[in-house]
Order: sequence, then structure tokens, then C-alpha cells
Amino acid sequence: MEMNLLIIAYLIASVTFILGLKMLSNPATARKGNLVAAGGMSLAIFATIFLYKEEGEGLHNYGWIFSGLIIGSVVGTLAAKKVKMTAMPQMVSLFNGMGGACAALISLVEFDHLVRHYDPANLSFFSDLDGTTLLVIMAGLIIGSVSFAGSMIAWGKLDGRIKDISFKGQQVLSLLLMAVVLGLTAYILIARPDEIEILFYTVFALSLIYGVFFVMPIGGADMPVVISLLNSFTGVAAACGGFLYDNKAMLTGGILVGAAGTLLTILMCKAMNRSLLNVLIGNFGGGAAKSGGGTGAQQTHKEISLSDTAVLLAYSHKVFIVPGYGLAVAQAQHACHELEKLLSEKGVDVKYAIHPVAGRMPGHMNVLLAEADVSYDNLLEMEQANEEFSNTDVVLILGANDVVNPAAKTDPSSPIYGMPILDVELAKNVIVNKRSMKPGYAGIENDLFFRPKTSMLFGDSKKVLQDLITEVKNL
Amino acid sequence: MEQILNFFSTHQQMIYIVVLMVFVGIEVIGRVPAVLHTPLMSGANAIHGVVIIGAIIVMGKAEGDNYLALTLGFIAVILGTLNVVGGFVVTDRMLEMFKKKK
Repeated sequence: MEMNLLIIAYLIASVTFILGLKMLSNPATARKGNLVAAGGMSLAIFATIFLYKEEGEGLHNYGWIFSGLIIGSVVGTLAAKKVKMTAMPQMVSLFNGMGGACAALISLVEFDHLVRHYDPANLSFFSDLDGTTLLVIMAGLIIGSVSFAGSMIAWGKLDGRIKDISFKGQQVLSLLLMAVVLGLTAYILIARPDEIEILFYTVFALSLIYGVFFVMPIGGADMPVVISLLNSFTGVAAACGGFLYDNKAMLTGGILVGAAGTLLTILMCKAMNRSLLNVLIGNFGGGAAKSGGGTGAQQTHKEISLSDTAVLLAYSHKVFIVPGYGLAVAQAQHACHELEKLLSEKGVDVKYAIHPVAGRMPGHMNVLLAEADVSYDNLLEMEQANEEFSNTDVVLILGANDVVNPAAKTDPSSPIYGMPILDVELAKNVIVNKRSMKPGYAGIENDLFFRPKTSMLFGDSKKVLQDLITEVKNL
Repeated sequence: MEQILNFFSTHQQMIYIVVLMVFVGIEVIGRVPAVLHTPLMSGANAIHGVVIIGAIIVMGKAEGDNYLALTLGFIAVILGTLNVVGGFVVTDRMLEMFKKKK
């Protein structure tokens, strides 16, 4: 009876996971979808605690289980509530790492269990059944550990605690590590049970190291893609647990995330017009330096002063703001909103043009500006904005670069060729705020800065915006 | 070879679920707009927290004198809960930002 109820609870949970993901991919239902999945998850957790039986025996150690649940819930809620909107990606990475570690720990305990219950007098091969169990345990261990170690590095990088480190031969070393891990795993599966213990822990250690090497050379700006990939890894690790316990909820949840996460990773790469391989190997900058050579001639840009910018903005009819990574780094979203409000009060029509990958994390700008209370209706997506640029007086570009680079349209040799861009040049004036003339993330020159319509306004976004606000107020 | 074939016949049901879920996972998020990529990643992150069930089972069937299982299981329950609760709360906070303001 109880086992049947448990099966139904797992079925409901699996359906809510699918429904939840479906609803999460539509803006109108996303929030509800998250709650639906959370509800299903709670059902699955409590059903497991109270209804799970193995060989007719229920679970015990309730004190431990509930303490763990309570500690995890309190810490998790506090961390999730307190984190700043801009620090979201590293938070997701941290939680993902926790899931990976959880899967690895389960494997460690189950391995110990398997070895402990093996009759030492009979040192033959594992039976078929134990062999399968061992395979699943190994898979959970390796994938979980890689996901954990990788997520921790991704978290450290996004949080600015770890710098990008890459050295010659790193890729070879990574591949070698992977080969050793796989080789040892294959050996463990056919080896005699009494000799595998030490090898098992070696695989555990090497998987952790591999996770570090896997993420270390990838640039900080690509971390969201990596997190998404590690996210799907953890999903697969969870699914291994599903195999281990013949648990359909773990299996469906895990595989669902594994598949959806992989597709999401590819979609994210596509939005940046890059391939996953390219992100993982990370030779973007190197290739670009060569191909950018076509326009080698010294070009001149013109600068504009703060007060001129203020006048230009205040007496325009229509202004578009194009936010980018620089705005996020400078934490200038509040100053940006303030300038927007000030200009609106003066009768200027101010809108934001949001490129889908501005900030190199899809949705980054939306979240950032939403945090500063910018109205959702003022954020225009690329297609919409491109239609309106032709009757715009000023486009103010704040820390964006590649998403407005005309080379994406005109220069087939450019690494970003083919990426849709914001056609800011259709506007009457373009003002670009950057810290210096240094090329953007993709490492390529931007011709836009040298066009006659363009003026450069150098400085940190936040500082510049605050000064602009003062100037506009003084007009 | 026979082992592999045996694997398929004993786990037939599970393998069917895996194959079908791969298609469902891909189909379900196939048309997601770019602005929702990050919240969707975060939501999926919370869902794979379902691994917590395994941690609860490990914990719940550990013998009282098996301190390795008790300790590791306990840590696993905490980490799994962090993944689930933190994941859903963070996702909710992100999505809160997307509501239309009048």
C-alpha cells in the first residue's frame, strides 16, 4: 500500500518536473512553472521519507534526515534571498556544485556498502547485478565529482576569486586525465573485488582534478555556458542515482535536466554565434587577432565632452540606450535608470535596446535593469529596436561592443560575422561610453567607433552616468 | 557482450524512460526565448536536486554504527537540500524581476 502511494507520488513529481520546465520556457508562465516543479519536489522528498521501504523495512535515522533538511533549507533560503541580482550566475553555479557533490557522496557510501557486503572468502568477479550497480556508482561518482569541482571553479571565477589560468599542454593533460579515469573505471568493472578499493578512490580524486582542469582555461565571460553544461552533468549524475535505487523520479528528473540542459547550452552558444567546442577550447581571441588585420590603417575616433553629451541628450526627441557588459561590471544600472527618468521628465522618449546576448549572459541586461526598476515596457528586443533606430536622435551605448559591431554584417573574415547586431548607425548620433579604446570581449576592433556619426565618451559607466545626471540637471 | 545484452533486458523499463525523457527534455524547452535562458538554467538546476532522494535513502538505511555512511549521508542530505531549496528560491527571485510593471 505504502509503496504504491510512493509510486504515485513519484509519478506526480515526474509530471510536475516536465510541466515545470515547459512553463519555465514561456515568460507568462515561468514563475508558476518554477513553483509547480518545487511542489512536485517537496512531494517526492516527503513521500520518500515516510513511504520508502526496502525489503519491508522503512527508513530510520529521522533525526539526522530532518536536521539535514532543515539546515540545508535555512542556509539555502538565506543564501538565495541575500544574494545580489548581479551575483546570480555564481549562486546557481554554487547550488549546482552542491547537487554534484551530493551525487558523488551517494556513490561513495554505496560503494562502501557494496564492498562491505561482499563475501571476502569468495573473491571471484562481481555478479552481473553487482557489476551493473558498480557501473552506475562509478558513473555517478565521476560525473558528480566533475560537476562539483567544475562548478566551484566557475563560481570562483564569476565571483572574481579565481583568475583565468591556462598553460601550454593543458588540453593534452585534461584529455590524458579523462583517459586515465575512463581506463581505471573499465578496469575496476572487470577487476577482482578485493583490489578495487584504492582504485576507486583514485578515480574519485582524479575526477575532482579533471573538473578543475575542465573549467580553468575557459574565460570568465563564458562561465554561464559552462554552468549550463555542468548543470546537465549533474542531471545525469542524479539519473545514475535513479538507476541505482530503481527510482523513477530521480531518473526522469535527472535525464530531463540532462537533455534540456544540453540543449540550453547549445542554444546559449548559438545566441552568441559560437560553437560549444569553441567555448570549451576557448581559442576565440587567438583566431580573431589574425583575421582582424584587414583594416590595419590607423583610424581616428572623436571624443565628446560630458556637457556636450548632456545637451545632446536633453534636447533630443528620442534616445535609445544600449546596455552591455560594461554597465554590469560598473554596477551602473541604478544611475542609468536615474538618467532615463530625468530625461523622460524633460520630454525625451527614452528606450532601451536589448541585444539577446548583451553582457554575454542571455537575459543578463533584463535582470540587471529590472533590479533598478526600469519598466519592462521600455526594454525593446533587437528586432523591435532595429525598426526604430532610423527615427532616433541619439543612441547611447553603455559598455556594449560586439553587439553593435558592424563587422558582423560586413566582414566575412570576422569571427562574429553573421551574428545579428543592433543597427545603431541608423540613428542620427551615436555616443559610445567605454573605459578605453581596447577591443571588446571578442578581441576584435569595432569600426563603429571610427564612423563619422560616432563620438566616444570615455570613463567608467557609473561615474559617467552620475556626471551626466548632474550636467542634465544643471541645464 | 552477453553482459551488455543482459543489462538491456534487465533494465528495459529504465532505458525506455531515459530515451523518452531525452526527447521530452529537448522538446519542452525547444522554443525558449533568450531572455529566459538564465532562469531556465536555474530552474533546471533546482530540478536535478532530485538527487536529494538518493541522499535521504542512503541516510535512512544507514546502520547506527556505520559512521562513514551516517556522516557522508548527512552531508549529502544538507548539500542536496541546498541544491533544491536554494535553486527554487533563486529562480523565483529571478523571475520576480520579469513581471510587468504598470
